[in-house]
Amino acid sequence: MNFDFSDDQKQLRDQARKFLAEKCSPKAVRVVLDGKAPYDKELWKGLAEMGFLGVAIPEEFGGAGAGHLELCVIAEEMGRANAPVPFSSTVYLAAEALLIAGSEAQKKKWLPAIASGEAIGTLALFEGKGNPSPKNVKLTAANGVLNGVKKPIADGAVADFAVVAARTGSSGRDSDISLFLVDLKAGGVEVKSLTNLDPTRGQAEITFKDAKAEPLGAAGEGWSILSQVLDRAAVLCAFEQVGGSDRALEMGRDYALDRIAFGRQIGSFQAVKHMLADMYVSATLARSNSYYGAWALSTNAAELPEAAAAARISATQAFQHCAKNNIQVHGGMGFTWEFDCHMYYRRANAMALGLGSLSYWEDQLIDRMRKKNAA
Amino acid sequence: MNFDDTPQEAEFRSLARAWIGANAPKQYEEELRKSSLGRTVLKNANILEVAKAWQKKKADAGWACLHWPKEYGGRGSSPIERVIWQQEEGPFGQLSRMFIIGHGMCGPTMMAFAREEHKRTYLPPLASGEKVWCQLFSEPAGGSDVAGLRTRAEKDGDDWIINGQKIWTSGAHYSDYGILLTRTDPTVPKHKGLTMFFLDMKSPGVEVRPIKQASGASDFNEVYFTNVRIPDHQRLGEVGDGWNVSLTTLMNERSAIGAAVSTGFPELFEYCSSLMLDDGPAIEDRAVRSKLANWAVKASGLKYTSMRAISALSRGERPGPENSIGKLVAGSMIQDVATYALDLQGAAGVVSGPEDAELAGRFQAMLLRAPGTRVEGGTDEIMRNIIAERVLGLPGDIRVDKDVPFNKIPTKGR
Repeated sequence: MNFDFSDDQKQLRDQARKFLAEKCSPKAVRVVLDGKAPYDKELWKGLAEMGFLGVAIPEEFGGAGAGHLELCVIAEEMGRANAPVPFSSTVYLAAEALLIAGSEAQKKKWLPAIASGEAIGTLALFEGKGNPSPKNVKLTAANGVLNGVKKPIADGAVADFAVVAARTGSSGRDSDISLFLVDLKAGGVEVKSLTNLDPTRGQAEITFKDAKAEPLGAAGEGWSILSQVLDRAAVLCAFEQVGGSDRALEMGRDYALDRIAFGRQIGSFQAVKHMLADMYVSATLARSNSYYGAWALSTNAAELPEAAAAARISATQAFQHCAKNNIQVHGGMGFTWEFDCHMYYRRANAMALGLGSLSYWEDQLIDRMRKKNAA
Repeated sequence: MNFDDTPQEAEFRSLARAWIGANAPKQYEEELRKSSLGRTVLKNANILEVAKAWQKKKADAGWACLHWPKEYGGRGSSPIERVIWQQEEGPFGQLSRMFIIGHGMCGPTMMAFAREEHKRTYLPPLASGEKVWCQLFSEPAGGSDVAGLRTRAEKDGDDWIINGQKIWTSGAHYSDYGILLTRTDPTVPKHKGLTMFFLDMKSPGVEVRPIKQASGASDFNEVYFTNVRIPDHQRLGEVGDGWNVSLTTLMNERSAIGAAVSTGFPELFEYCSSLMLDDGPAIEDRAVRSKLANWAVKASGLKYTSMRAISALSRGERPGPENSIGKLVAGSMIQDVATYALDLQGAAGVVSGPEDAELAGRFQAMLLRAPGTRVEGGTDEIMRNIIAERVLGLPGDIRVDKDVPFNKIPTKGR
C-alpha cells in the first residue's frame, strides 16, 4: 500500500513551497489585501512560468500533462501561502469544466491560455443567497445569448471568461440546466466588484444582457457536468484549506513558543497547549480525508462524490478551527490588521462558502453515503 | 498513490487469508462482528476459552505474535505483515484482546531486559496464549503521574520484598504473570527511585480484587502485595532504572498501528438508516444528517490517517506522529455518538436491558463504557500533552516535584 504522494510529487510540493515563500510573502499578499491591486500579477506570471497553472492540463493543450495529484500538492502550497491570485477559479473550476465538457476547439482556445497565464477563468453559478441547486439558477439562455445576474462570482472582476450555468428548460428537473462559455471581454456584460470577507480574492456581480454565449457540453447536461466540477474543486480546495490549516497552526505554535507571560512561555500552559493539540487533530483529520479525495480524483474512482464531500467538510472545519484559534493564541495582537492572523481567518471563512456552505456539503455527504450503501 | 499490496504483501495476504479461512472459529464470527465497545460477549461459550484456543491454534501454525522473533514463539514478520494479518483476521481479532497487554507490552519489555534463559522459558507460552500476562503500573496515587507510584520493593538477601497496591490492572484475575513497577528508593526524585520486575501472579501474598466499573462490568482489578517475594534474577533492568524500562513498555503500547479504534459511527449510521422518527425517517432529518456528516468525516479521517501510517510501514519507514490522534478522537466521539443514539430514542433510550432495549442495548452499553476509554492508556489530557510536546514541540509542564526526593513530595491536596 502506498497511500501517500510519491517522492516526485513531494519534491514538487517543496519546489512550490520554496517558490511561494520567495514570491508570495505576507508582505506581497498585503498589497492585494490593502486594495492596491486586484490580484498579484507578478505572482500569476511566475506561476505560469513554473508550469503550475497548467500542471493538470494535457500537453497537447499547452499544459505540463502531469495530473491531479500534482495539482493537489501545489494547491496545498497555494493555501499555505494565502496566495492572492485567481488560482482556484481558473484552475479548479474553469479549466476542469473545460477538461470535462469542452469541445476540441474550446479546449484549444482556452486551456493553453490558462496554462500560460494569459487567461483567467471562473465559474458563474450563484445568484444571490443559496447553495448549488438547479432551482437557484434563474439566468436564462436562448438563441445564443444569456440574460440574468450572477453573484457572487469569485474573481469575476478580473476574469477573461466564465463558465455560466443557465436555465434552458422548466421541467423542474436537473436537465433544465445547461452550461455556457462567455467571453467576458466581448460585450453584453456588466461587472461590479463586491466588497467581501477576503479581499485577497475578489468577488463580483456580473449582469448578462444579451451576452453572447456558446454551449459548453450538451444541452441539458449542465447540472451533471457542474456536479463533477464541484466535486473536483472540493478536493482541490480541500488541499488549499489543509495548507492554510497547517500554516495557521504553525503561526500559533511559534507565537506560543516566543511569547512570555507570567514569567513563562505561554505554550507551557495546558490551556494553550491543548488548544494547539486540538488544532493539530483537526488538521490531521482534514489531511487524511483530503488524501482520500486526491486518490479518488486521480483515479476517477466511483468513490469520488463521497470522498470529495468528506474532504470538503473536514478541511473546511479544520481551516476555520485553526484560523480562529490562531488568533486566540495570539491574544489582542491577533486581532490587529498588522498581524497576519486575520488573513487566514478571512480566507478560511470565505473558502467555507465558495463552493456551497458546510451544511450543503453535509447534506451531500449523507446522500452519497446512502447511495453507496444502497448500491 | 494507491491502496495496492506489493507483490510480497499480496503473497503474505493470500497465505494469511487461506489459513484464517480454513481455521478460524467461524461459529462465533457473527457474534464477534456485532460486538462493540462495552459489549463483547458470546452467548453459548466462555470467551476466554475460545480466545485461548484460537491463540494456541495460531501459535501451532506459526501465526502468533507475528512481530516477535521466531525463537520466542513469533514469526519474525515485518510490521506491515502484522497489519495485513490484523486486516485479514477481522472480527476474530476481537479474541486477541486478552493478550494485547502481554503481547504488546510485557513481551517486548521482557525481550529488551530479561535474561536469555527467562526469555526462552516465558515468552513462547505467552505467545501461544497458554500463559496470560498483565502489567502492574498504575496505583491509586499514580495514574497519569505513573512515576508517583508508592509500591515498595526492599532488598532481602537475593530476593526483593514487595508491599503495596496496584489498580486498573487489566486481566489480573486471569493472568499467570505480570510485570511490576516498584519504588526501591524513596529518598531520590521520583523518576530515579523505580525498579521493574516480573513475577508469578500466584506468588504468596498477591491478592487480586476485581473493580466493579461504573458500567457494572469488571475488566480491571486492584492487586494487593503483602510481603511478596521476588528473586533478584526476575529484575528487569538496573535498580533505579525502572522509569526507562517502563518507557519501553509504554512506547510499545502507543505504537500499535492499524489497530481499529471504535468510534461507534458505523453502528449509528446503520441505526439511523432504518430508524423512524415521529415525522419521518431519521436519515432524512436535517439535524440528524448534520450530526452524522460531522462524525462521518471524523471516522473517515481516522481511517485514512491509519492508512497513511500503514503506508509508511509498507515502505519500511517509521510512521509519523499523526497516529497519536486515534484514541483522543475516537474516545470522546464514541461517547457523543452513544449519547446521541439514545437521544434519538426519546424516553425509551433509558431502557438498557438486552431483551428490551433498541439494538439489544448496544448504545447504552457503549455509553456506560465510553468514559473509561477517555481515561485508560493515557487520558485525553495526557494525549493532548503528548501531541503538544512531542509533535508540536511545545514546552513540557513545569514539574514542581522534579528535583524533590520522593518522600518529601506532598501527598495530600488539603
